[in-house]
Amino acid sequence: MSSPSYGNTRVKIKKNKHRDRFKLFFMALPFLILCFTFSYLPLYGWIYSMFDYRPPFKLYQCDFVGLKWITAIVTNPVYRNAIGDVLRNTFAISGLNLLTSVLPLAFAVFLNEVKRGWFKRIVQVLTTLPNFISWVLVYSVAYVFFSTGDGVVNKLLMDMHIISSPINFLASDNHTWLSMTLWSLWKTLGWSAIMYLAAIAGIDQELYEAAKVDGAGRFRMMWNITVPSLLPTFFVLLMLSVANFLNNGLDQYYVFQNAMNKAHIQVLDLYVYNIGVGSMNFPLATAVSMLKSIVSIALLFTVNGVSKLLRGETIV
Amino acid sequence: MLPIVKKKKQYSFGDIVFYTITYFVFTILTIACIYPFYFLIINTLTANEISSKTAVLLLPQKLHFDNYVKILKLNGLTDALFVSVARTVVGATLTVFASAFLGYLFTKKEMWGRKFWYRFIIITMYFNAGLIPWFITMLNLGLRNNFLAYILPAIVAPFNVILVKTYIENTPQALQEAAQIDGAGYFTIFLKVVWPLCVPILATVAIFSAVGQWNSFTDTLLLMTDSRLYTLQFILYRYLNQASSLASIMRNSGAGIGQSVSNLASSQTAQSVRMTVSVVVILPILFVYPFFQRYFVGGIIIGAVKG
Repeated sequence: MSSPSYGNTRVKIKKNKHRDRFKLFFMALPFLILCFTFSYLPLYGWIYSMFDYRPPFKLYQCDFVGLKWITAIVTNPVYRNAIGDVLRNTFAISGLNLLTSVLPLAFAVFLNEVKRGWFKRIVQVLTTLPNFISWVLVYSVAYVFFSTGDGVVNKLLMDMHIISSPINFLASDNHTWLSMTLWSLWKTLGWSAIMYLAAIAGIDQELYEAAKVDGAGRFRMMWNITVPSLLPTFFVLLMLSVANFLNNGLDQYYVFQNAMNKAHIQVLDLYVYNIGVGSMNFPLATAVSMLKSIVSIALLFTVNGVSKLLRGETIV
Repeated sequence: MLPIVKKKKQYSFGDIVFYTITYFVFTILTIACIYPFYFLIINTLTANEISSKTAVLLLPQKLHFDNYVKILKLNGLTDALFVSVARTVVGATLTVFASAFLGYLFTKKEMWGRKFWYRFIIITMYFNAGLIPWFITMLNLGLRNNFLAYILPAIVAPFNVILVKTYIENTPQALQEAAQIDGAGYFTIFLKVVWPLCVPILATVAIFSAVGQWNSFTDTLLLMTDSRLYTLQFILYRYLNQASSLASIMRNSGAGIGQSVSNLASSQTAQSVRMTVSVVVILPILFVYPFFQRYFVGGIIIGAVKG
């Protein structure tokens, strides 16, 4: 095996490896620069929160006001109230999403009990589909079904004489948080379950055999074997969604927002968009998104620390 | 032993109840996920005078393709179709290459500052400066009304890098070592050895980024004022809000689009225009989806384990 020539090649490779340290780095450099440009360079934009910036002007033409806008979030009653509402919405919707995060797990556990392969596959494939549809299209579907004039649901209810005048589901502020949660549940349930189904596939079948021999019933096996095996995955995902508590995303709430439901649909991301791009208040929008980013990263590291402490694993 | 096991296969009353409920619930859930799309399709194929009056629920009536013919004749729509396809193809190709190459480089322990640079990229998954600072940066880089704004920011996608890196770490390293002994450089090894091994995970990355590009909406909303760079999603959103009254369309959009939509007024209703554009946006996903969905399970599990 260890002929001299082989040994020489080994030494040569080792030497090359030492020399290649920077070669490998330079190969990655273009991508690192891209990452820097679009993820780190925007941090420079935080400076806009310290100026009375008005769009057509250049930054140096505007007054430096220090922390005025950042403190305005707390001291100015108008902003304080608005942001209070926005935070309430963010917490409500993120909280509801956290509560529903058990459903994909339940979905997978019960789908696993289905013994007919074709049925299982069809359910899995078709329930995953909405995840690949944009929020604009989800809104389009919502519109086709629930709008006042042409909406199918209203047409049907009217035809059956259950209601006499159309219900405006979309432009009403009743249950906005709930309907937002239901839409995102519709979109992501099947997809989130896939992760658990994959984890289930990895469970040692002998566990079930042994349990069967011991006389365990279906529910006992689900509760004592399947669920515990999925908990690690569940906790990782739960921690990630806690870390992302403030990041609801913009698309969903932007497309569903209207004059009627604005009070309950404005989450942080949408608020930043509305005051920044809508009302052109760049400094305030920057200040808010800056604080949001800082809180998010603090949340992430807290959750990461908790995860390290409780489970000996990190998520970052 | 065997006969007893066989006897147990007889369904008890409890089993029957359990299975009935389970199958019923899953059937409902599945229909809830797929029926809306089916509904859109049959209603665009149904004569508009029928679909505007009653709810067509099961089969199209008075089949016709007029809606599609007329929709595809709208100028803005074909432009948007082109932009959407272009950003999907170009964007996904570059993302796949970048993810594969970066994932490969990050498996090389001898790389200078490997751990640091890996975290440098991964941390961006959780942390960003915020919408407005990002927007200002894009303006400063001259990416407003620039097709590159769709492509460049998406090239380095942290989650995809994790997926590929983990995948490569689970392939036999001996293959790469053998190639190295044969005198192959890093890039040759990447192309000749690593790439072919990674095809399944790269298919997953491809479909993730392609769907991401196809569905992306916010970047058009923020950065594009030139109607030639509008994407299908954006056009759809505008139709959703504006097609409700053709008058408002004629007021709000450019002469070209307004003109052709007003010609549709005789047969097409606002709702049929909306539904037809929706189907045009959905169809590519419906076509591609069945071929790629089998890669998801394998792909996602690796990412789920750890970053």
